Amino acid sequence: MSHPASASRYFVPEPSHWPVVGSFALLLLATGAILTFNSIAYGGYFLLGGFAVLTVMLFGWFGRVIGESEGQRYNLQVDRSFRWSMAWFIFSEVMFFAAFFGALFYVRVLSIPDLASAEQAALWEGFKNQWPTAGPAAKDAFTPMHAWGIPAINTLLLLSSGATVTWAHWGLVANKRQQLIVGLILTVLLGLLFLGLQVYEYREAYSHFNLKLTTGVYGSTFYMLTGFHGFHVTLGVTMLTVILLRALKGHFTGERHFAFEAVAWYWHFVDVVWLGLFVVVYWL
Amino acid sequence: MQATHTAGHAGDHHHDDHAHYPSGWKRWVTTTNHKDIGSMYLWFSFVMFLVGGAMSLIIRAELFSPGLQYVSPEFYNQMLTLHALIMVFGAIMPAFVGFANWMIPMMIGASDMAFARMNNWSFWLLPPAAILLTVSIFVPGGAAGTGWTLYPPLSVQMGIGMDMTIFAVHILGMSSIMGSINIVTTILNLRTPGMTLMKMPLFCWTWLVTGFLLIASMPILAGAVTMLLTDRHFGTTFFNAAGGGDPVLFQHIFWFFGHPEVYIIALPAFGVVSHVIPAFSRKHLFGYTSMVYAIAAIGLISFFVWAHHMYVTGIPLTGQLYFMYATMLIAVPTGVKVFNWVTTMWRGSLTFETPMLFALGFLVLFTIGGLTGLVLAMTAVDIQLQDTYYVVAHFHYVMVAGALFSAYSGLYFWLPKWTGHMYNEGLGKLHFWLSIIFFNIAFFPQHFLGLAGMPRRIPDYSQQFADFNVVSSVGAFGFGLSQLLVLIVVFQAVKGGAKADSRPWDGAHGLEWTVPSPAPYHTFEDPPAFDAAEAHA
Repeated sequence: MSHPASASRYFVPEPSHWPVVGSFALLLLATGAILTFNSIAYGGYFLLGGFAVLTVMLFGWFGRVIGESEGQRYNLQVDRSFRWSMAWFIFSEVMFFAAFFGALFYVRVLSIPDLASAEQAALWEGFKNQWPTAGPAAKDAFTPMHAWGIPAINTLLLLSSGATVTWAHWGLVANKRQQLIVGLILTVLLGLLFLGLQVYEYREAYSHFNLKLTTGVYGSTFYMLTGFHGFHVTLGVTMLTVILLRALKGHFTGERHFAFEAVAWYWHFVDVVWLGLFVVVYWL
Repeated sequence: MQATHTAGHAGDHHHDDHAHYPSGWKRWVTTTNHKDIGSMYLWFSFVMFLVGGAMSLIIRAELFSPGLQYVSPEFYNQMLTLHALIMVFGAIMPAFVGFANWMIPMMIGASDMAFARMNNWSFWLLPPAAILLTVSIFVPGGAAGTGWTLYPPLSVQMGIGMDMTIFAVHILGMSSIMGSINIVTTILNLRTPGMTLMKMPLFCWTWLVTGFLLIASMPILAGAVTMLLTDRHFGTTFFNAAGGGDPVLFQHIFWFFGHPEVYIIALPAFGVVSHVIPAFSRKHLFGYTSMVYAIAAIGLISFFVWAHHMYVTGIPLTGQLYFMYATMLIAVPTGVKVFNWVTTMWRGSLTFETPMLFALGFLVLFTIGGLTGLVLAMTAVDIQLQDTYYVVAHFHYVMVAGALFSAYSGLYFWLPKWTGHMYNEGLGKLHFWLSIIFFNIAFFPQHFLGLAGMPRRIPDYSQQFADFNVVSSVGAFGFGLSQLLVLIVVFQAVKGGAKADSRPWDGAHGLEWTVPSPAPYHTFEDPPAFDAAEAHA
C-alpha cells in the first residue's frame, strides 16, 4: 500500500526488517567488544561481523528513507517530525558530553584539591593541588597539551567549516548547485584536515609528551573528551559526504532538504562542543 | 483526501492491509504498527517481571531465616543486582512504553507513532540487552554483583559479567532514547487539529515530560558506564584516587541519571491514574492545569536533588542542606497531584472496578512511599537509615505499589479496548486484594527492620531480625504467586468473554474511546475531529 503524500494524511511506513537486523548487529558488536576487552579468542570476528551487518543495515535503512523522501512520500508533517527528532537527538548528545565535562569539572574543582588537602597528607605526601596532574601516585612526568598550537589551528578549521556549510546552505536555498557542492566539498575537506591534525596531535602526545590515556585523570579526561569529539567529527564528515553524494545526484530542492539541515545542525553541534573543549581542556 | 473518515472506514483498512502485511512471526519482527509494538513491549515486560520476580524470591528464600541456607553470598549479590536491573529496565519501563505505544496515538488522534520503524527498533533492542544480562549469570565470575548502582571500586574489579552489564545498559539506553524521541515527537507534532497542549490527555503530558527526562538522563548513564568500562580495561583513572579521580564521582554521575530515573518511572504511573480516577468517579479530573505544572515541576526539580542518595559519602554540610531542602521541595508538586486525585473523587459517583481499586491502592501506598521518602530526605535521619531495609521498604512502596499498581490499573482499564472483551472482574478483584495484602505483608515489616538497623544487600542477618523477615518472605511469596492471576485474566480476555463496547467505562472520556473495541489495526488514518469539551477527562 503506498499512499501518495498529502497534507492531511498521516504517513506510516510499511513493515521493515532493518530494525531487527540493527539489533542483531549491536548484539554482535557488544559480544565482540566484551570478548576482545577480556582477551578472549574470536572477539575480533564478532566485531567485524557486527560492523558488517551494521553497515548493511545503515545502507539499507537510510537508502529506504532516501527513496521515500525522493519519491515524495513525506508531507510537511513528516518534515516537522524529522526536525523535532533531530533536535532532541542532538540534545541527547549534548547530555552525553555533559557527563564527561562534568567529570573534568569534578576532578579539577573537588577531587584534586581534596587529595591535596591536609586531611589526605598522610596518604599522599607532597601531592600538590595543581592542574594538570596525573594524580598522587603518578611516577613519570608528562607534558600537557598547549592550546595555542594545533588546537588553535583546529579551532580555526572547525569554525571555517561551520561557515562553509552555511555558505553551501545558502547555495542550496538559492538553487545554486555549484555553490552547494563546492561548499560541501570544502566542509568535508576541513573536517578531514581537522581529523588529520588530531591524529598527529595524539601521536605527538604518545611519542614525545608521554601523555597517554593512562596518564591519570588528565590523560583520562583529555583523551575521552577529545576522543569522543573526534568520533563525532568522523560521524559528521561521513554524514556530510553522504549529503555531498546526494547533492551530486541532484537530490534536495531549495524548499525541501531536511537531511542537509540535519547534518548541518549536527556539524554545528560538533563545532560548539569543540569550542567547549578548546576552552576547558586545552586553554584553562 | 476526504475530510472525515469514520472509525468504521479504518476498520475496512484493517482487512485490506493484512493481505499485504507479513503474518506469523514475521509480522512481529518487522511490524511498524504501534499496537503490535505496544503489545510486544507489554508481553516482554511481563516476562521480565516474572524473571526479576523469581530472582526476588530467591532473595526472600535466603532471607527467610538467619544464616546462609540456599545460595552463596556472591550469588545473592548477583540476584539482587539483576533483580533490580531487570525490574527497572526490563519490566517497569517497558510496561509504560507499551502503554505509551498503544494509547498515545489513539489519545491524540494520530494513526501511529511519528517514527514507526524506529519504534520497532526501540523494542527489538530490548531482547539483546536481556540476553546479555541473563547470560551474564553463567559466565566465569557470574553476573554483576554490585547492586544496580554499579558503584566502583567494586564494579571496576568484577569479572566479564560486569562488561556484559555495561553493554546491556548501553543498548537499553539507546532503546530508551530512541523510544523517547519518538514519543516526544509524536506528542509535539501529531496531535489532531484543535488539541492544543493544554487540552491534551494527561497521560500524554506525563509522557512528554518523561520523554524529556529520558533523553536528558540516559546519555549521562551511558557516560558513567563508559568511564567504568575504560577504567576497567584501558587504564583511565576516573574513579581511582591514585590517578587523581574519585569513586564518589561515579555516584554523582550515576545519580544525576538515577534520580530523574525515579520520575521516569513515576510520572507515567501518575498519568495512568489521572485517567482511571476521573473515569470511575464520573467527573473530570480536578485541577488539570495544576496537574500539568506539577508534572513539569517534578521533572525539572528531579535534576537538582541527586546527592540525597549520597549523604554519607562525605559531601559538605552545605551540600547536604541544599539537597535536603531541594528534595523536600518535590513533595510540593507531588502533594498537588495527590490532593487533586482525592478532590477528583470528592462527590463523584464512585464505583470500584479493578482499575479503580488498583488506582486507589496506588494512591494510598504511593503516598506512604512518598512520605518515607521525605523521612529519608532529612540528612540527619538518613545518616541512620542509609543502606538499611527502611530504604528498601521505601522504594518498593514507590516502585511496586506505585508504578506496578498503576500499570495494573492501566492494564485492566484498557484491556477491553485492546482485546475487545471484558476481563473477568471477579479474578481482577481477587488479584487486587491478594496483591495489596501480600504486598503490605512483604514490605511493611521492612520499615521496622530498617529502623532496627538491618542492613540491605546482605544475605545473612542477626537473630533479632528473624521474625519480621519470616513475615516479609511469606508476603513476598504470596505476592509473587498472586501475580500469575494476571496471566489468566489476560489470556481469558484475549480468547473471549463479554463483548466490550467502544466505551466500556461510562465515565471514560477521550478519543481512544470513540473507536471500536478492539481498536482497529490502523486507528486514525486522517486526523479525527476533536471535541474540546471532551478533553481533560
